[in-house]
Amino acid sequence: MKVLRKLLDIRGFNNATSSVVAISAGLLFGFIILLISNAPQAFDGFIIILKGGFSTGAKGMGQVLYFATPLILTGLSVGFAFKTGLFNIGAAGQFIMGAFAAVYIGVKCTFIPAPFHWMAALLAAAVVGGLWALIPGVLKAYLNVHEVISTIMMNYIGMYFANFMVKATVYDSKKALSMNVAESAVLPKAGLDKVFYNPIGSSGAVDLSTVNCGIYIAVGVAVIMYIVLNKTTFGYELKACGFNRNASKYAGINEKRSIVLSMVIAGALSGLGGGLLYLSGASGRHIKAVDVLAAEGFNGIPVALLGLSNPIGIIFSAIFISYITLGGNYLQTLDFVPEIIDIIIACIIYFSAFALLFRNILPRLLKWRTGIAEKNSGQQPSQAVGTPNSGQERSDE
Amino acid sequence: MDYVIEMLNITKEFPGIKANDNITLRLKKGEIHALLGENGAGKSTLMSVLFGLYQPDKGIIKKDGQEVKISDPNVANTLGIGMVHQHFKLVHNFTVLQNIILGVETTKNGLLKMDEARKKVVELSGKYGLSVNPDALIQDITVGMQQRVEILKMLYRENEILIFDEPTAVLTPQEIDELMNIMRDLAKEGKSILFITHKLNEIKAVSDRCTVLRKGKLVDTIDVADATKEEMSEMMVGRKVEFEVAKEESKPTTPTLEVRGLTVGDRHNAKKIVNDVSFTVRKGEIVCIAGIDGNGQSELVYALTGLQPAEKGQVLINGKDMTHMSIRKRNISGMSHIPEDRHKHGLVLDYSLEENLILKCYFMPEFQKNGFLKFREINEYANGLIEKYDIRSGQGSKTIARSMSGGNQQKTIVAREIDLEPEILVAVQPTRGLDVGAIEYIHKQLIQQRDEGKAILLISLELDEVMNISDRILVMYEGEIVGELDPKTTTFQELGLYMAGGKRDERSEAI
Repeated sequence: MKVLRKLLDIRGFNNATSSVVAISAGLLFGFIILLISNAPQAFDGFIIILKGGFSTGAKGMGQVLYFATPLILTGLSVGFAFKTGLFNIGAAGQFIMGAFAAVYIGVKCTFIPAPFHWMAALLAAAVVGGLWALIPGVLKAYLNVHEVISTIMMNYIGMYFANFMVKATVYDSKKALSMNVAESAVLPKAGLDKVFYNPIGSSGAVDLSTVNCGIYIAVGVAVIMYIVLNKTTFGYELKACGFNRNASKYAGINEKRSIVLSMVIAGALSGLGGGLLYLSGASGRHIKAVDVLAAEGFNGIPVALLGLSNPIGIIFSAIFISYITLGGNYLQTLDFVPEIIDIIIACIIYFSAFALLFRNILPRLLKWRTGIAEKNSGQQPSQAVGTPNSGQERSDE
Repeated sequence: MDYVIEMLNITKEFPGIKANDNITLRLKKGEIHALLGENGAGKSTLMSVLFGLYQPDKGIIKKDGQEVKISDPNVANTLGIGMVHQHFKLVHNFTVLQNIILGVETTKNGLLKMDEARKKVVELSGKYGLSVNPDALIQDITVGMQQRVEILKMLYRENEILIFDEPTAVLTPQEIDELMNIMRDLAKEGKSILFITHKLNEIKAVSDRCTVLRKGKLVDTIDVADATKEEMSEMMVGRKVEFEVAKEESKPTTPTLEVRGLTVGDRHNAKKIVNDVSFTVRKGEIVCIAGIDGNGQSELVYALTGLQPAEKGQVLINGKDMTHMSIRKRNISGMSHIPEDRHKHGLVLDYSLEENLILKCYFMPEFQKNGFLKFREINEYANGLIEKYDIRSGQGSKTIARSMSGGNQQKTIVAREIDLEPEILVAVQPTRGLDVGAIEYIHKQLIQQRDEGKAILLISLELDEVMNISDRILVMYEGEIVGELDPKTTTFQELGLYMAGGKRDERSEAI
């Protein structure tokens, strides 16, 4: 109870409010596009989006959590890097490399005994994801190569390399997908199969959701990240380097090591996300090995922005984006072109990412309103435009 | 009346602090009007109100007797009010000329027409003796030059009221003299100048009148000619201030810091920035390195503290070779460092005050257990330092460092570094940007440290400071130590001669 109250302190509440406002604005904009594209069905369509995962009952909710799992991890990846002063645009590459590593171990290394097989696969996913981010991290720390450029490059290298490796090692050419991983490498359901299913008829057969213990792992990792960032000396060092590299060096922090570590941790998170999504048995997702960057990687950016880079906020924003994306899929039951659906969902996500903007605007808007009220009673509006020192650049490299 | 600007009964509140409380300030045409006050007395806030950065909660502003509402800096600009900020607002990779015309570009059919602007800039710089090369990049010119660009920016916009926010804090003594002359010329031409400072010498030198603020309240406006320095400082601080810190004869014992043949190279130049420098600082003495800015002092300190590798030579602390040790190892071995640039090195501006106070000791067992920070202990420690060093801020230990005034930021660093109880304290301009009260306090701290047997290396550009508190003076010129002086026997003139390179000891082994 105490922990919960601490989480809901005043500042956290304000942040949540701004995220909610951003989402509302996104939904409103989505509704307008619905109206333009197909006015008669706009309202029904909007309801479907709002119902999101609920459209298909308990299984649908399970699917929301299943697709939220990798988003939490890539969101954490982007958010963690951002908190430590780095822009990790490379989540897509780290994600797919992690996914390949997990699937490879899952398919090939059947000699590992059952309870450890999926753990080993996940570990491999995190390690490979971390290694994929090590390269931009080292380039940034030692050669001052901007991580945005290098991580974007690594996305494409990762995508093509993973496709190549999948086709060479674990490809099921009949289905044009990666092979099913061994039973022992599928993440256990951990009781979730008792909740997220739809009964088929009355025979007792069930339509199971793909959700598995991955969501527990994702939430657990988010909590760990929150603790690392806010409670430990390690997080203190990483954040200090993010805010001011020179001062960190001055204070005796090994700033190069910190930058590399930040990137590696961010990469490991994305890689783990890839593992969690693809170790899900026959009914789950498989690597398609087509030349498209993993959407989960890029969606990590709006997830992190909507969650204001707070690990706990990222859990909720990932679930929201997964929810709304699934809602969009169900729009196909109406007369909406798939492309329009993508546009609508993208707009909602796009607007949601403005949470930070709304956080800055809201207090000012409120102040402005009170200012008007004051003016009516004969006073000047009081509004601070910025402090004289706020123009100071963060770093001049 | 011939007041160009009247600020009447200005009140401005921030969360937790009343920055300006019913302040009235009147500026005459053609006068240099100083605004004097301690760090955090509300000077900058008042000027920000005049410049349109803040809106006052109460009170009005009149220009030439007419009430005006300055809602943002553009309005201030059209009213002829210009400001040179303490931290310059220049685009570093633009040329001088480009910076000056930024925002008021002369264009023809949407294309830039620089010729007219160039003519006007050259004309203005000739008229006021502000010689700068209009085609030099800002990043290539000295801080003093950059300040001239800021002044030219105001003149180019034909501003009549010029606000200087602590303009001398970043300048060398020579540059300060030049600036004073420029200010006099400007006033002669009918410009009105508001001059924020806490250096009494400068007020005495150029100002006509002076308004004194203390803790957000107006103390008085006085004619400078009628008041002594002592009276003004008493008005400002609210008590008597000693300008010369009383100190006993130093009793140096064993060497703490030994520097042998230290050389720092330049990546672009064969000439060494620091060339074969050797000296020793012993326990219980304050050794000062004096010199004009840019003669290798910064690089010497970087090499001592490990921020930059030395090319040759040795640095020893208590006899242990530290030349290739990490910064952390040097810190643990007892080296503290008050850095020259508090924003670049001294503080993590986005961290809170308490997080900044533990920047060098967060890893010690007092503040962490198994890698977890002990927040209660950190908070108590920070509150102790805040009280001991009188660090003022809006929200106590949770205040974000960025929002604190420059002087209090400096106090934060000094508090942190002295409280580490160093063996050797490297203090680079420790009183930069501080008011007399705080300077007195820090000087006393330095001397107390000395008397406790600590070694102190002071790097300073302020001659007063050099003469007042050091036990030995080493003069640095073009990367070399050119002389060792005794502050008790030397004079300002002799010191100045050494600093300007006009005199050097015959290869004196300055040890």
